[in-house]
Amino acid sequence: MGQTIAEKIFSNSAGRVVTAGEFVEAAIDVAMIHDITGPLAVKTLHEITDHVWDRTKVIMLFDHQVPADSIDAAVNHIELRKFAKREGILNYDVQEGVCHQVMIEKGHVLPGELVIGADSHTCTYGAVGAFATGVGSTDMGVALASGRLWFKVPDTIAFDIEGKLSRRVYAKDVILTIIGDVSVNGATYKACEFGGEAVAHMDIASRMTLCNMAIEMGGKTGIVAPDKVTASFLEERSVDGDFTLRSDEDATKVLRRYNASDMVPVIAKPHQVDNVVPVTDVEGYHIDQVFIGSCTNGRYEDLKAAAELLKGETVAQGVRMIVIPASRTVFQRALKTGLIDIFTDSGALVEAPCCGPCMGGSFGILGPGEIGLSTSNRNFVGRQGSPMAAVYLCSPATAAASAIYGVIADPRTH
Amino acid sequence: MARSKDITGRVWKFGDNVDTDAIIPGKYLVLNSSTDLAKHAFENVRPNFSSQVVKGDIVVGGENFGCGSSREHAPLALKDNVGAVLARSFARIFFRNAIDIGLPVVECDTTEIEDGDIIHVDLKRGKIFNKTQNKEIPMTPFPQFIKNIIDAGGLVQYVKNNAQLESQELRELETD
Repeated sequence: MGQTIAEKIFSNSAGRVVTAGEFVEAAIDVAMIHDITGPLAVKTLHEITDHVWDRTKVIMLFDHQVPADSIDAAVNHIELRKFAKREGILNYDVQEGVCHQVMIEKGHVLPGELVIGADSHTCTYGAVGAFATGVGSTDMGVALASGRLWFKVPDTIAFDIEGKLSRRVYAKDVILTIIGDVSVNGATYKACEFGGEAVAHMDIASRMTLCNMAIEMGGKTGIVAPDKVTASFLEERSVDGDFTLRSDEDATKVLRRYNASDMVPVIAKPHQVDNVVPVTDVEGYHIDQVFIGSCTNGRYEDLKAAAELLKGETVAQGVRMIVIPASRTVFQRALKTGLIDIFTDSGALVEAPCCGPCMGGSFGILGPGEIGLSTSNRNFVGRQGSPMAAVYLCSPATAAASAIYGVIADPRTH
Repeated sequence: MARSKDITGRVWKFGDNVDTDAIIPGKYLVLNSSTDLAKHAFENVRPNFSSQVVKGDIVVGGENFGCGSSREHAPLALKDNVGAVLARSFARIFFRNAIDIGLPVVECDTTEIEDGDIIHVDLKRGKIFNKTQNKEIPMTPFPQFIKNIIDAGGLVQYVKNNAQLESQELRELETD
């Protein structure tokens, strides 16, 4: 019987052949903590032992409340800084940007690795063929102490996406379409393997968007088999890996087929991520704030898609637009190529790399009755501020078109 | 500390897809203690919850309880007061986090449970009884692996116990 990518990675990490459904204790290759979930993880570590199991395998960065937006946040940062220094672990502090973007961009994740992060969107790293999953602080603390953690080897759903995406339809539209189809718990506990012609043509940025939102349908991870796109991305970062990893033909998995050619720009309406409709269904709806950024859509490619529409245009009166590059590297590139000029000329606010309004705990908060249009990943009640506010989720192009018109707009008609 | 396996309390009924932002809004994630977090549990969706919840009360959801973020602050915000969380299904990370910190989470058919019902949960015998409706509710048993963590009172204690066992075995091997 053949194995899925997930089964292969867990077999390797557990040191024995395992199949879906088994409980395993597996060795962790890389562990990531940030400013929100880090403090509790460190507390757990210290309940067990004094030091991390391997200082070269732990990466820390601050992105959720950056720069510190309250005394409580500053205290968390201080404690984590002290911890990183004492342990000698790599701490990017407030300087590099959103954790998931930085982890991939800096080449910290390789195909075939088992990676955990104390953040639910850790599943993003499947874009380079790793098995990466979000864990809570106690799990993280135990892993920091021992380098090992228990898992249930997941079943796999193979999302086979054939065809080619039409103009101004993006990976974000693909993943929202899929979540709308399978629902917010349609992939609970599952490894979501994305493949097919459309995925083969996607760059790593788009694959990250796909994998990032696997958690929004309950998935344990998103994953794309590494290929020549992955190889050239990692070669640029001077890191090597196994690019032959893929699921065997006869591995057990549920197959779901989609055709990218049929897909259109879509939007997730409040207050659930699977409340997905074509953008044309909500054209002309009122908006107060547009946010382009986050680990889902704050990459250079996302900013470029938005800037294409915004060039020479202005953000409509009565709408505020916030653009946040997902990392310092993205920010610098966007500065050099003139994208930041396009945004600031249009009247958008450009903020330094961080999570920004996405989790409603820092700045860019929505007030009662306000409507936010966001390229991030969650539209739960109260997610971006007031429980009386509402959030719609869409691609950067749809966000940009809407900012220009001042209402929800179809990016294909601009 | 392992908690009592026998719980009786009033039901706080919620619907499907109760997300972690509903359990504890993002702005409170700077707080790290269960006491501080408990003051804001369900603040956006059920503002009177934290002031009226009584120790041992039971939170009941439908499908996919705890979806969204990996924030352990969510089960932590419930741990001090809530005796158990019952739901038809749980989101993966919330379920793990709850087991890890020793908050009882039980899968069962919650369709007919109503807000305000008095429910008795006997974790040891794996039985749930709705006293108000005089009805027993079958619960989905835990896999043995997870049961071991629950019996230890959470993951940290489980890991410590195992480490102790291992070092004891090592000592025995050395003295053999």
